[in-house]
Amino acid sequence: MSERNPPGPGLKLYAVLAYAYLYVPILILILFSFNASKYSVNWTGFTLRWYDELFRDRFVWLATRNTLIIAFVSTFVSTVIGTAAALALHRYSFRGKGFSETTLYVPVIIPEVVMGIAMLAFFAQVGFQLGLGTIIIAHIAFCIPFVALTVRARLHGFDRSLEEAAMDLGANEWVTFWRITLPLIMPGVLSGALLAFTLSLDDYIITLFTAGPGSTTLPLRVFAMLRQAVTPKVNALSTLWILVVFILLVLVQWLQRPQNVKSKT
Amino acid sequence: MGTGRSRVLKFIRERQDVQGTLLIMPTMFWLGIFLLIPLVLIVLISFAARGQYGDVVYTFSLKNYRNLLDRQYVIILWDSTWIAFMTTALSLVIGYPLAYFIARSHPRYRSFFLFMILVPFWTNFLIRIYAWMIMLRGQGVIGSVMTSLGLMRGLGEKIFNQIQLYTPGAVLIGMVYEFLPFMILPLYSSLEKLDPSLLEAAADLGARPWRAFLRVTLPLSLPGIVAGTILVFVPAMGMFVVPDLMGGARTVLVGNLIRNQYLVARDWPFGSAASMVLMILTLAVTLVYTHFFGFGEELVA
Repeated sequence: MSERNPPGPGLKLYAVLAYAYLYVPILILILFSFNASKYSVNWTGFTLRWYDELFRDRFVWLATRNTLIIAFVSTFVSTVIGTAAALALHRYSFRGKGFSETTLYVPVIIPEVVMGIAMLAFFAQVGFQLGLGTIIIAHIAFCIPFVALTVRARLHGFDRSLEEAAMDLGANEWVTFWRITLPLIMPGVLSGALLAFTLSLDDYIITLFTAGPGSTTLPLRVFAMLRQAVTPKVNALSTLWILVVFILLVLVQWLQRPQNVKSKT
Repeated sequence: MGTGRSRVLKFIRERQDVQGTLLIMPTMFWLGIFLLIPLVLIVLISFAARGQYGDVVYTFSLKNYRNLLDRQYVIILWDSTWIAFMTTALSLVIGYPLAYFIARSHPRYRSFFLFMILVPFWTNFLIRIYAWMIMLRGQGVIGSVMTSLGLMRGLGEKIFNQIQLYTPGAVLIGMVYEFLPFMILPLYSSLEKLDPSLLEAAADLGARPWRAFLRVTLPLSLPGIVAGTILVFVPAMGMFVVPDLMGGARTVLVGNLIRNQYLVARDWPFGSAASMVLMILTLAVTLVYTHFFGFGEELVA
């Protein structure tokens, strides 16, 4: 709804203010990661001291390691399982399809804290030791729906005639899937995977309930840092984190460029 | 030997419904065991009793629910609903014009403007809370700026006291900042689909811009409003991190109550009953809302 109806000056001004509202706090946070003063909001000089302290913090490294292990494993598993579900829901009709779809919306309509305590109660009941394993199980569970729904949205407009042509030319289902279907839906699968990765990387609430001793993740660590005396070390950590997210996002945008979305014909 | 296997393959090949079932099975298996069964377990525990050592003694009692009728808990539930409602309303009011702006801007810049929404959206929410803690601290950015501008007296000081860190006002500011992108994205995706010729038709028929907006744009963006409202209201209802970090001791929401019952007081049955009430509240609001306005198809678009 654009070309013939550009935004007026009032709306433009509003947009400037709204973007300022979104960005000023983040930019100030980044700025203060380079501030020499420990507590003051006054600028007392440029320093990289907080980054230095951050890199020396053994707990931060440990938490980073845990976070990455959890994120990679749960992204891989939830992407495979969720993509299969997306294909099932998009192409086939089967018994219990409606129920499956409803189940996928459960994480959208139930507050995270409820999922968190439910999983904690379940793990306690069946006697699972809380730790990296239970966090990964939980992350896979809340990532699957987002992967499935994202991939399914990208399957609209998928041209099945290519698959049929491959089969007519003698390729079996296996070859057809790996050589035709997967490459075609790959941009969708990758956006689903990146969404899962970020969701896992970011999660504090469900992780809080499913973590055990020694399985502290970065969000848990950041929360602990915010509850203690806050130093600009948190700003340094936040700045690096924002940078990583920014790079991931640029990657996503690149994946979603029209020429990369081959499935849309 | 191979015939058994090939017969199975042939069977699968011929039966579309079997293929679909096989593909959905891992998902249903995982979500069934690790999401649905745990939720059922919470229902059971909410009727149980707390044992002497914080364990769960399975009985059937309504005691936990009766305890929730205690004045202090009713206030907590009311406060949570009120803050979630205010968060949703403010996000809608702040987010709608921005989504409208993005949808109407030139296609060449549109993806950039959208990208600018995605960056805060994908930034860790603890970091976003921290950013506002810096802004709202007693000696924080806003306070310092106001002091140096000479605004820290009279009305200015009164306003600052309402929103500075560790007040309910700060919690609301933090919540709106957290959830605003959840509102803007579905709003944008429904506004973007709007056909401009409809507005031209309205104008040709003599409708003033305001009237055209109220009669054409607003109703057609309803799916986005519904989706955005659900995406903001549901997590806002259960939020306990923002009140933890920005609210001080006075602001306790139902999310804090549940977290404390599970991780501190170890009264899981009472915590489960509180979660049930929370779930029923969010589901009821979502259902009533979608009943009147239709299901938000933009929910995951």
